[in-house]
Amino acid sequence: MRRLRLAALGALGLALLPSQAAAHLATTGLGPVYDGISHLLLSPDDLVPVIAMALLAGLNGSAAGRRALFTLPLAWIAGGLAGFSYGLQILPGALTAGSFLVLGALVASDRPLAPGLVTALATALGLLHGGLNGAGIAAAGREALALAGIGAAVFGIVALAAALVVSLRTGWQRVMIRVAGSWVAAIGLLMLGWALRARS
Amino acid sequence: MIRRSARILPLTVLLMLLAVTPAWAHAQKGAAAGFLNGLRHPVSGLDHVVAMIAVGLWGAQLGQPAIWVLPVTFPMVMALGGFFGLIGVPLLGVEIGVALSAVALGIMVATESRPRLVVAGLLVAVFAVFHGHAHGTELPEGQSGMLYSIGFVIATGCLHGVGILISLVHRWRAGRTAIRIAGAAITATGLYFLVGAF
Repeated sequence: MRRLRLAALGALGLALLPSQAAAHLATTGLGPVYDGISHLLLSPDDLVPVIAMALLAGLNGSAAGRRALFTLPLAWIAGGLAGFSYGLQILPGALTAGSFLVLGALVASDRPLAPGLVTALATALGLLHGGLNGAGIAAAGREALALAGIGAAVFGIVALAAALVVSLRTGWQRVMIRVAGSWVAAIGLLMLGWALRARS
Repeated sequence: MIRRSARILPLTVLLMLLAVTPAWAHAQKGAAAGFLNGLRHPVSGLDHVVAMIAVGLWGAQLGQPAIWVLPVTFPMVMALGGFFGLIGVPLLGVEIGVALSAVALGIMVATESRPRLVVAGLLVAVFAVFHGHAHGTELPEGQSGMLYSIGFVIATGCLHGVGILISLVHRWRAGRTAIRIAGAAITATGLYFLVGAF
């Protein structure tokens, strides 16, 4: 048991080794705001956790959905500005796999969560991914205004996805959401494996 | 008003498509290939395909809540198997385990077995580890692991969906018989791969 714990701790430590942030900010030719919007829509490592967060908020009712709607984009922009200003490249890239895993598992389990906990999760997600985005944007020498585009895209996605889930009435529809959550968690686990393998 | 919008929308989309855009600043090498490979991988091996469909068929035979518990359990445990493979944890007899999964799940469908939900979930979970270990780690060099994983999980989930959709015929007597025959065919396929694995 002790060895298992040590192995788990070792694996976690390995996954948390610092790595360079990768923003992959696309150039749309329409300015930094549109670059930010397109970044979110074209980056599954950011897009999927946003959708998973929206699904989780929606499953927990309209109050949680409303809170996540405003908290997530604001936290994303705040984290992005911090990352842009202070260069938080020390944040491990493998943490994004953690957001897939945690949010996917919570959606799949469909356990009722307090709106405060959903808000805390949205804040943590926004700060983490926003921080990585901001650091990547700074490292690429791009404009911080792209964060406004990312924030707007996050707001739009959360509004649409959370509202859709809140409106679901039949059990089957909620089951579909849970299945989607299990897929997200599975992808997160595999991503964690890839991150660990890349470092070994 | 709606008719006018319907005319404007396709025109706008066309103009957007025709608009000249510069190249991406950071093209992700192998991204599309990674996703497509992941999507293709689960459907490229017949042993994997029949086992996935059997999960959906059996879940539908068992009814609520197994119809969704099994397809929710499978991808997560399969990913755990893939995770073990990726970090180098060895698993003996992977190919035998995959073939056995088709045999066992096919038998369950053919005999329309109704064990307790925990037993059914455990059976599916054990086999899912073998499938994940066998298929989750075969990413070609230079491709995106994340997109490969996304494609892989989506394709696997869709195969379960195919099984569940086929099981819609379960409401008719002839349909129930057809599903059981399909289960027998899955077992036969599994046996073929099992013989090949030795």
